[in-house]
Amino acid sequence: MPSRTAWQALAQHPLGFLASAWPWRALAYLLSGVVFGAIAMVTLLIMAATGLVSLIVGVGAVLLLAVALSGIVVTRIERHRLRLVDPDPAPDPHRAPERPGLRGWLDTRLREPATWRELSFTAVSMTALWWMDLLVLAFALGLPPLLMTSPMDDPRAWPWLVIGLCLLPAAPYTITAWAGARAALTRLILAPRDGELGRELTEVRASRARLVDAFDAERRRIERDLHDGAQQRLVSINVMLGLAGLDAEPGSPVARQLALAQGEVTLAVNELRELSRGVHPKALTDHGLDAAVGNLTTRSALPVTVDIRLPYRLPAAVESTGYFVVAEALANATKHSRATQAEVHARLEADVLTLTVRDDGVGGADPAAGTGLVGLADRVAAADGRLRISSPAGGPTLLRVELPCR
Amino acid sequence: MPLNIVLAEDSPLLRDGLVSVLTRVGHQVPAAVGDADALIAAAHEHDPDIVITDVRMPPGNADDGLRAAVALREHRPTLPILVLSQYIEQSYATHLLDLGSETGIGYLLKDRVSAVTQFASAVEEVAAGATVMDPEVVRQLLRRRQDPLRRLTPREREVLSLMAEGRTNGEIARGLYVTEAAVNKHVSSILQKLDLRLDGQGHRRVLAVLAYLRA
Repeated sequence: MPSRTAWQALAQHPLGFLASAWPWRALAYLLSGVVFGAIAMVTLLIMAATGLVSLIVGVGAVLLLAVALSGIVVTRIERHRLRLVDPDPAPDPHRAPERPGLRGWLDTRLREPATWRELSFTAVSMTALWWMDLLVLAFALGLPPLLMTSPMDDPRAWPWLVIGLCLLPAAPYTITAWAGARAALTRLILAPRDGELGRELTEVRASRARLVDAFDAERRRIERDLHDGAQQRLVSINVMLGLAGLDAEPGSPVARQLALAQGEVTLAVNELRELSRGVHPKALTDHGLDAAVGNLTTRSALPVTVDIRLPYRLPAAVESTGYFVVAEALANATKHSRATQAEVHARLEADVLTLTVRDDGVGGADPAAGTGLVGLADRVAAADGRLRISSPAGGPTLLRVELPCR
Repeated sequence: MPLNIVLAEDSPLLRDGLVSVLTRVGHQVPAAVGDADALIAAAHEHDPDIVITDVRMPPGNADDGLRAAVALREHRPTLPILVLSQYIEQSYATHLLDLGSETGIGYLLKDRVSAVTQFASAVEEVAAGATVMDPEVVRQLLRRRQDPLRRLTPREREVLSLMAEGRTNGEIARGLYVTEAAVNKHVSSILQKLDLRLDGQGHRRVLAVLAYLRA
């Protein structure tokens, strides 16, 4: 695996690293840091001093403004230099100016937090960082030769020669370690904040939740269409058949046929009802989680105790995720666990809905084995929630879900 | 004795079917409407003997029909209400029974309309002040109250669910092919086991049983 930064190279292959390009890149980073730091410091000091002196004339204000904005230029160069030891791109945190022209550019830049972060980095860089570069270079590359040459003046100082020789191989490590630290600090300060770059990141997260929302909305729509369309039609056909039955001679073949037809339509109506209930329970839309879970448990073959106390209706996405969790957990308990009873418990505390489903079955529910639990976990994760399960062999099984309701 | 009926159902097809059934058995339907607001207006205008309404309808397409019925009931506490629903949802049944009714309340699945004669007699019972609950509701309530019901024999449980549907002892006896005396014995045994105090007749007995099952 190739190393991605100087620091990684140092940590992963402490010996092979010596033969790689990384020590040289670190050296280049520090050398350019010293040169650039010195030039920038002198330039900025002169500009600031001239600005202060000529403030009376008015030109000074422009110079001081340039100093204030200097961070933009300095850090742009710093980002380029960063590639020497950390090739990952460091994106520019600045927004595009809202209006064209110099005024628009100035307006945007002066009101951006990134600009001031860059100025403070420049200040730190001027006062400390490039001096540190200088010190490290002096210690790693300057000190060993100094020690090794000391016996020339005084033959009894030969131990210094040994110490110098020992220090020399350490130089690449010292240089790379500091270069890596400096690069990490630079990246930390200069990388765009979540709010600047993060529009993309939050978009991605939100879209996953949106997908689930869209899916829920679609289920609600299908349920409504079934209810308003096919179900009503079938029921009215059945009513017509019933009316026709009134006109038929009791016991005649026509009456028998009509009764048969009615029986068939009734079965179809029942099947359709079960189907649409599975798609999206109506009570969930109308009355919320408590009522929907109550209805679910009255139909369940397993006796279930429900204790759901919520102060108000929760967001639709939370309600349907919660319902889905309970339905799936109870279905699992009924199918696999040989449980004799189950409990559903829900409370809202500090904007988090905590749902627990417990059954006294044989346990051994394994997320790796069934797709049901994995589906649940996906569903809960999409709602930014947590799902935990405890199901030792021999039971009981406890499933706990926390869903944020913001 | 023809009844004066106001009807609310949002599906035109089923609305027509319902009107046909009701007029066919000799009742009058001065207003058949398709949304909750029109239901309230029609009920105030025609002062019916009974209101029959679907649960889900415009304007909100949620439980607007049920809420309109509850509002009408508050306005006129003796107005008989028969609610028809595509689904049996316990929460709706409970909501209705919470009206603290001394007079007719009914909750039936829409499919029951197709059994024309039974449906017609359910309408008449509710209009006369009885409580009619869909067997499906009773079945679910029975399932919910597993614990004390375990003390009942299977036959007693059968009798209890028929009681909850509003049958008299005579009807129960005919339905189960036993003598009325046997049913009386079952009933008193049930009452003893469940610690229920019932004043024998009609819908009060139903309400007591339902109240017990819901508790």
